[in-house]
Amino acid sequence: MIEFITEPLGYSFLLRGFAAAIMIGIICAVVGTFVVLKGLAFIGDALAHIAFTGIVAAFLIGFSFYLGALAAAIIAALGIGAVSQRTGVSTDTSIGIFFSGIFALGVVLMSIGIQSYTIDLFSYLFGDILSVRQSDLISILILGGIVLAIIAVLYKELLFVSFDPVVAESAGLPARWMQMLLLVLLSVTVVVSVQAVGIILVVAMIVTPSATAYLLTDRFGVMMILGAVFGALSATGGFYLSYYADVPSGGAIVLVATALFAIVAVIGPKRRSLWKLTSGEPEAAQRPA
Amino acid sequence: MVTNVENVQAGANGMSPPAGPPAIEVEHLSIGYHEEQVLRDIDLSVTKGSLVGLIGPNGSGKSTLFKTMTGLLQPWSGRVLINGRPGKPGPDVAYVPQTETVDWSFPVTAGQVVMMGRYPRLGIIRWPRARDHEVVAHALEQVGMGNFRDRQIGQLSGGQRQRVFLARALAQEPSILLLDEPVSGVDATTQHQIFELLDKLCQQGVTTIVASHDLSCVAQRFDHVLLLNRTVHGYGPPEEVLTQELLNQTFQSHLLLLRLGTRTFVVEDPHHFHHD
Repeated sequence: MIEFITEPLGYSFLLRGFAAAIMIGIICAVVGTFVVLKGLAFIGDALAHIAFTGIVAAFLIGFSFYLGALAAAIIAALGIGAVSQRTGVSTDTSIGIFFSGIFALGVVLMSIGIQSYTIDLFSYLFGDILSVRQSDLISILILGGIVLAIIAVLYKELLFVSFDPVVAESAGLPARWMQMLLLVLLSVTVVVSVQAVGIILVVAMIVTPSATAYLLTDRFGVMMILGAVFGALSATGGFYLSYYADVPSGGAIVLVATALFAIVAVIGPKRRSLWKLTSGEPEAAQRPA
Repeated sequence: MVTNVENVQAGANGMSPPAGPPAIEVEHLSIGYHEEQVLRDIDLSVTKGSLVGLIGPNGSGKSTLFKTMTGLLQPWSGRVLINGRPGKPGPDVAYVPQTETVDWSFPVTAGQVVMMGRYPRLGIIRWPRARDHEVVAHALEQVGMGNFRDRQIGQLSGGQRQRVFLARALAQEPSILLLDEPVSGVDATTQHQIFELLDKLCQQGVTTIVASHDLSCVAQRFDHVLLLNRTVHGYGPPEEVLTQELLNQTFQSHLLLLRLGTRTFVVEDPHHFHHD
């Protein structure tokens, strides 16, 4: 039994992958707390796809993939943020057009510029934790550490702005900047997670553990911590599943996260909230006074 | 009850307000969104410690005026002075908007919502201390919500939620309080409690402007009335401002003014088009 747990950790490249997965599970859930409560999942998905084009461009030019993906995602996040603050209307359609267009550009660039589908690029689509090198792990730890540090420092302000941006701004908090900052943090999180979970599944990694936590608590801080626990658990479970069943790590991690959500949704206490999450309807009207 | 306007202006209990600039001074203010002008040429001077009822029909620019006073919106022309200085967002001017836009399933308790009022004064990194917890507890007590501190906000009734938001504004320790429809959907007892609280705050020198649909309530409860519809149609003590002519001008419809002894009531003439 113990051997079952320790065996993969005996290989340094597996240990690296394991460490990366846990770190990613935690950052995704912490940032995901805001994503779930503010309904930013679609933007997160868009950022992941845009990051892909950044990765392809970085490949072609010969840059580090982190630089390419980060630049693409952050520019897109700021663009989305600026557009939604200017117009104040729902930006889903424009984001949909914008991100599909840029992703399409990435696909075309890939087929023109890269003769064979390299293993590397494929792993960014579906995630390959075993491809995490020493330098990648360091990048994940540093970038993830920065994201967590910023959220720790601005915790109160981010909470106020997320809950009630108008009053937060009237009380003197820089609400617009903080909403932009949140999108930048989301971009960094997406890029950091892409290697382990892949572009297609990264949104699930951000949203699912936090949503599971949401079902169990009425406190913001508790939701964040519980989400991080579920994120780390999913990463751990997914890592072993990936190792023993020989399946892609991204799929394995997200499957475990989804299973945890399903279990909590069925046996947990907050059925109404689950209904609210899936329908997007405000539940206030249904609540007894 | 008829309000003695002179007395209120001089501050309650005969105390003279400290000599200084008016709490709120609006000079030649014009403002709008995008291309559409909402307010034009507003001039207004609100004495420290006043309790002002702001009335006007929907779309008259009440919320826009509030947002300009808090510094959320920049004037096209003219300016707003708060305690003699150009207004900018900060805890000193507490704004309680109409609350339909808040996500009630957000995982925060009433106590946490009120604590948010302390955040701007605390600054980043610093966590709430004993005094902040005292201020929050006191604010909740003041609005009669002391027993609901640990309740998630979605589990509160409409009136209770509004009181929690009022408590958050109080926790900011503001000198100016701007309340947008704070008593809509609140039962009569609570409404009475809120107005008693506002009276007390005014005696302590807090300047309060309350936007309200309830004209009769405004007529009886406030020492000043501001009639607004895109511009100021009247500002002064209720008995001077609440005239048939000014009301018709403001609401562009037929509202009937009834005076019973010292009390004033405003009712909508049922024979005319119904405004919300």
